[in-house]
Amino acid sequence: MAIDKRITAVAEKLQGIKDGATVMLSGFGGAGFANTLILALRDAGPRDLTMVSNSATHLLGRTQVLIEANMVRKVICSAARGRGKELSPFEEQWKAGKIELEVLPQGTMAERIRAGGAGIPAFYTPAGVGTDLVKGKEIRRFNGRDYVLETAIEGDLALIRGDLADRFGNVTFRGTQANFGPAMATACKLAIVEVFATQAEAIPPERVMLPGVFVDHVLAVGGR
Amino acid sequence: MAKLNRLQMAWRAAQDLQEGMVVNLGLGMPVACSDYVPEGREIIFQSENGVISAGPLAAPEAADPDLVDAGSRQITIAVGGSVIDSTASFAMIRGGHIDVTLLGAFEVAANGDLANWDSRIPDKGPLVGGAMDLAASAKAVWVIMEHTTRKGAPRLLDQCTLPLTAPACVKRIYTDLAVLSVTPAGFVVHEIVPGVSAADLQAATGAKLIFAPDCGLLVTPDIADAS
Repeated sequence: MAIDKRITAVAEKLQGIKDGATVMLSGFGGAGFANTLILALRDAGPRDLTMVSNSATHLLGRTQVLIEANMVRKVICSAARGRGKELSPFEEQWKAGKIELEVLPQGTMAERIRAGGAGIPAFYTPAGVGTDLVKGKEIRRFNGRDYVLETAIEGDLALIRGDLADRFGNVTFRGTQANFGPAMATACKLAIVEVFATQAEAIPPERVMLPGVFVDHVLAVGGR
Repeated sequence: MAKLNRLQMAWRAAQDLQEGMVVNLGLGMPVACSDYVPEGREIIFQSENGVISAGPLAAPEAADPDLVDAGSRQITIAVGGSVIDSTASFAMIRGGHIDVTLLGAFEVAANGDLANWDSRIPDKGPLVGGAMDLAASAKAVWVIMEHTTRKGAPRLLDQCTLPLTAPACVKRIYTDLAVLSVTPAGFVVHEIVPGVSAADLQAATGAKLIFAPDCGLLVTPDIADAS
């Protein structure tokens, strides 16, 4: 039977996501949010999730629907402040002690995810050294400069938005859709990508931006 | 005295960007710098969500929600630009490939300590973004900031009172009153807006100022700031 990672419905694929799972959501500033898949995960309803997403308070993506549905126990992000004086749904629950927050320098977050998918358990980075964010973490000096030890993040599910996908699960991105998506796909046991369109025909090799090896399912949702 | 407005501060900082520099602009006042680069000078603006050579904002009819900068603004990409993912973008930042990062700040200390991520607003969450990576690893960290708080309290201090973004990293500061550098001896003033005396500036600053022998006037074009 030929390889074909294209699916027409996602609900069944999300049934194995258990309470307590770690879920990674790509997206930055309105680009690269798997909004269709996020709503499907909300409907699937696992609870006590750890949500890994660049922002806990995205206005332009639907990451907050999981928070509003009281499905999130912990958030790992680089940005946790909503715009304006009104508290975001995240800030309301964080303030009430319902959600634990781990805030990271954005590059540290990206690299921890990359490490998770690349077989690297930990690495040293200069970002955050000398700040409150690295309290309690190991500091080590290399070539006269201090670095902080950061550990890999692995996940159970990555929900990613791309542009085109073929039956092998190869994906392209348009504009700035990629952001955290490729790294998240490598770091999670199950990676699902929603795209504008899927095709049976293979995407030319040099145009592939996320190889199907890292992708389990692709779902066409339109909306370019 | 005539304080600079936010766009005039951005204009002044932009004059110091040199041909061929790779520059990352932070949210707020710094992003306005790209509008004021002197005609004909090619600067490569990197945006940490993965844009290399960010161009002007997209015209309304050409705006594409899939193409945004780190401030979530719908932009264009300049000729010669490219797009990479977040891990490659931060490899570029952490690896020392950014010549200048221009950041906003709540406070800067006389040794170059930068505080710009947590203003301790009750109940509001922290916003780190890429600032710690940039401040730790760009070749030069420049800051654009108002010289004092709205209540007139100094933001340039002997020691920061707010949580640090990175220690001893800031090299230059562009405020609404002056252009300064951070040296081993402390803050050095290079330009002051007309009508502000050395004593006035010292009174608005929470650390001892050194005035450069060639300290001059900080003069910018009139730029209306609607914000």
